[in-house]
Amino acid sequence: MTETIVSLRHVAKSYLRGKQRIDVLQDLNLDIAKGEFVALMGPSGSGKTTLLNLIGGLDTPTSGEITVAGQRLDQLGSGALARWRSTHVGFVFQFYNLMPMLSAERNVELPLLLTRLSAVQRKAHALAALTLVGIEDRAKHKPNELSGGQAQRVAIARALVADPTLLVCDEPTGDLDRKSADEVLHLLQVLNREHGKSIVIVTHDPKAAEFAGRQLHVDKGSLLEAGSLAA
Amino acid sequence: MKYFPLVWATLWRKKTRTIFTLLSVMVAFLLFGVLETVDYAFSHPSAGATGADKLVTTNKYSITLPLPFADVQQIRSVPGVEEVTWLTWFGGYYQESKNFVFALPIDADTYFNLHKDEFIVSEAEMRAFTDTRTGGLANTALMKKFGWKVGDKVPLHSTIWTQKNGSLDWTFDIVGTFDAKDPTQAAQQATSFLFHYELFDEGRSFGKGNVGWIEERVADPSQASEVANRIDALFTNSSDETKTQPAKDFAMAFLKQLGDIGFVLRAILGAVFFTLLFLTGNTMMQSVRERVPELAVLKTLGFGDTAVLGLVIAESLLLCVVAALLGLALSFGAIPVIKMGLPGVELSPRALLPGIGVAVLLAFIVGLPPALRAMRLSIVDALADKR
Repeated sequence: MTETIVSLRHVAKSYLRGKQRIDVLQDLNLDIAKGEFVALMGPSGSGKTTLLNLIGGLDTPTSGEITVAGQRLDQLGSGALARWRSTHVGFVFQFYNLMPMLSAERNVELPLLLTRLSAVQRKAHALAALTLVGIEDRAKHKPNELSGGQAQRVAIARALVADPTLLVCDEPTGDLDRKSADEVLHLLQVLNREHGKSIVIVTHDPKAAEFAGRQLHVDKGSLLEAGSLAA
Repeated sequence: MKYFPLVWATLWRKKTRTIFTLLSVMVAFLLFGVLETVDYAFSHPSAGATGADKLVTTNKYSITLPLPFADVQQIRSVPGVEEVTWLTWFGGYYQESKNFVFALPIDADTYFNLHKDEFIVSEAEMRAFTDTRTGGLANTALMKKFGWKVGDKVPLHSTIWTQKNGSLDWTFDIVGTFDAKDPTQAAQQATSFLFHYELFDEGRSFGKGNVGWIEERVADPSQASEVANRIDALFTNSSDETKTQPAKDFAMAFLKQLGDIGFVLRAILGAVFFTLLFLTGNTMMQSVRERVPELAVLKTLGFGDTAVLGLVIAESLLLCVVAALLGLALSFGAIPVIKMGLPGVELSPRALLPGIGVAVLLAFIVGLPPALRAMRLSIVDALADKR
C-alpha cells in the first residue's frame, strides 16, 4: 500500500479583502502519495498557489485538515510550523529568491544554519547539494553572476540541502527560457525518480506539467484530475 | 557566531549606504568620546593638591572676589590648622594667548611646606628661588615646551594684572625647575610656573593687600569639616565672608567658572544623537523594507519569528557597535591633542567606556522597530509580489 505524504480533507481557505470575503478554496480533498510528482495547473486566481502555500505550511486553512508527512499542519502555531518547514519541506520559487549578497554556496547553506551541523559539515552538505544539481563549479558565484537556469538550480539545491520530505515549487520555470526550463524540469524529474523526492509544482505551462506523473487542475477553488477534465 | 556571515553580508548589501551610515555613527562617537573625556576631566579633578587634608578658603560669594591678606593671620590661629598659604590667579601666557602658563604667585616658605609632598625641586634651585626676588620655578615640561633654560629671562603676559608702569608683561628669571612627585600629577603640573607673591603684590597697580584664595592644611583630615566651619565662623557678618571647602571641591568650582561644562557638552551630544537616531533609524527601516522578500524567504526556510527579529537586531548592533568602537578609538587617539588645548586637566580613557553602552542602546532603539516589522511580516503577503 502506497504511503500518503499529503492529505487534505475538506479544506477551505478564504481571505478578507476590506469587508469582502473571498473564498479561494472550498471543500477541497487531495491525497498525494510519497514519491509522487504532481503538477497543479489552472488559470490565474484559481487558488493553485494558495493550495501550494497550505501544503508547504506557509499558510493555514480557514477550515479542514491538512496532514503532511504525518503532521497535522492546521493544528500547528507559527513557531512550530517554522520548525516543521525547516525539516520537512523545500521551496523553489519562480524568481529563485536567492540572497543577492551571498554566494551560491552560502545561499544553499542557509537552511542548515538552523541545524546543529558544524561549519565544515554545512559546507560539505552545501557542496554536495550543488553537485547534485550540477552547478558545483559556480559555488563561489553570487546570484547576479549566474544565468536564470543556474540560479534556479542553486534554489533547488537550497531546497534539497536539508533533505526534506517534500519539494514544493511555485512556477519554477516561469522565468526561464525553454531550454533552461526543460533542464530544470528534467532535474526535478531525476530528483523524483532517482532520489524518491515527492514534488508538487504549480505551473501554467502544459509542457512543464508533462514532466509530472500526475496533473491536477485547480479552478475556482476546486480540484479536478487531468483525466476527469479530458473526459 | 554561525549567523555572523549572514548578518555581515546583509549589512554590506548596499555598500555606499552602509559606509555613509558607518561614517556618521563613527563621527558622532568620535565627538562623544572627545566631549565625554573633557567632561570627565572637568568633573573628576585629579588627586594630589586635592588631598583630604587640604582646605581652600575663598570669598563666600565668588571665587573671583578677593579676600584681605589679614585673613591669613586669623586663619593661622584656628585650632586644627597646621599650615596656611595664599595665592592669586595670575592668568598668564607666554608670547601668544594660546601659550597658556599656569603662573602662580606664591609665598615660597608656606607654599612648599603645605605642598611638600607634591614637588621635586633640588635644594640648590630652591635656595636660588628664595634668594632671587624676580626668580621663577618652571615645570620641566613647560621648559621643554618653550625651549627655556635656567638663567633665561622670560616675559609672561597677565590677562588681569597691570604693573605700576601700566604694562601687563611681567619678567621673571628662571632659577630652577620642578617636577611632580606623583606621576599622575605630571599632566596637571605641566604648565605650572611659580614666582614670588611679594614681587607680585608690590608690582601690581591695584588689589594690593588682597589675595585670591587661601589654602590650609589641617592636622587631622577627619576633622577637616569642623575646621572649615571654624574658619568660616571667623568671618561671619564681616565685609568679606568666606567659604571654606575641601580642595577637591574648590578645583571643581574653579573649573566651573568656565560655565556648566557638563550641561553644554550633554546638550551638544544630545543634538548629535537625536539626529543620529533619525539617520540610523531611517537607514535600518529602509534596509528592512527593501529586504521584505528576502526576510520572507528566510521564514520560508524555517527561520522563526524570533530568529528573524534577532537577525535584524544583530545587524543594527553590528553597525552601531563597530562604528562606535572606531569612533571611540579615534577619540582615544585624540586625547594627547585635547591635552594640548586643556593644559592642567587630566584626561582619562575611562570616560570612553560609557560610549559602548550608548552604542548598544542606540542599536536597540534604531533596530527594534524594523526588527519587529520583520518579525511580524506574513510570508504569503511578502512573497505575493515576488515569487
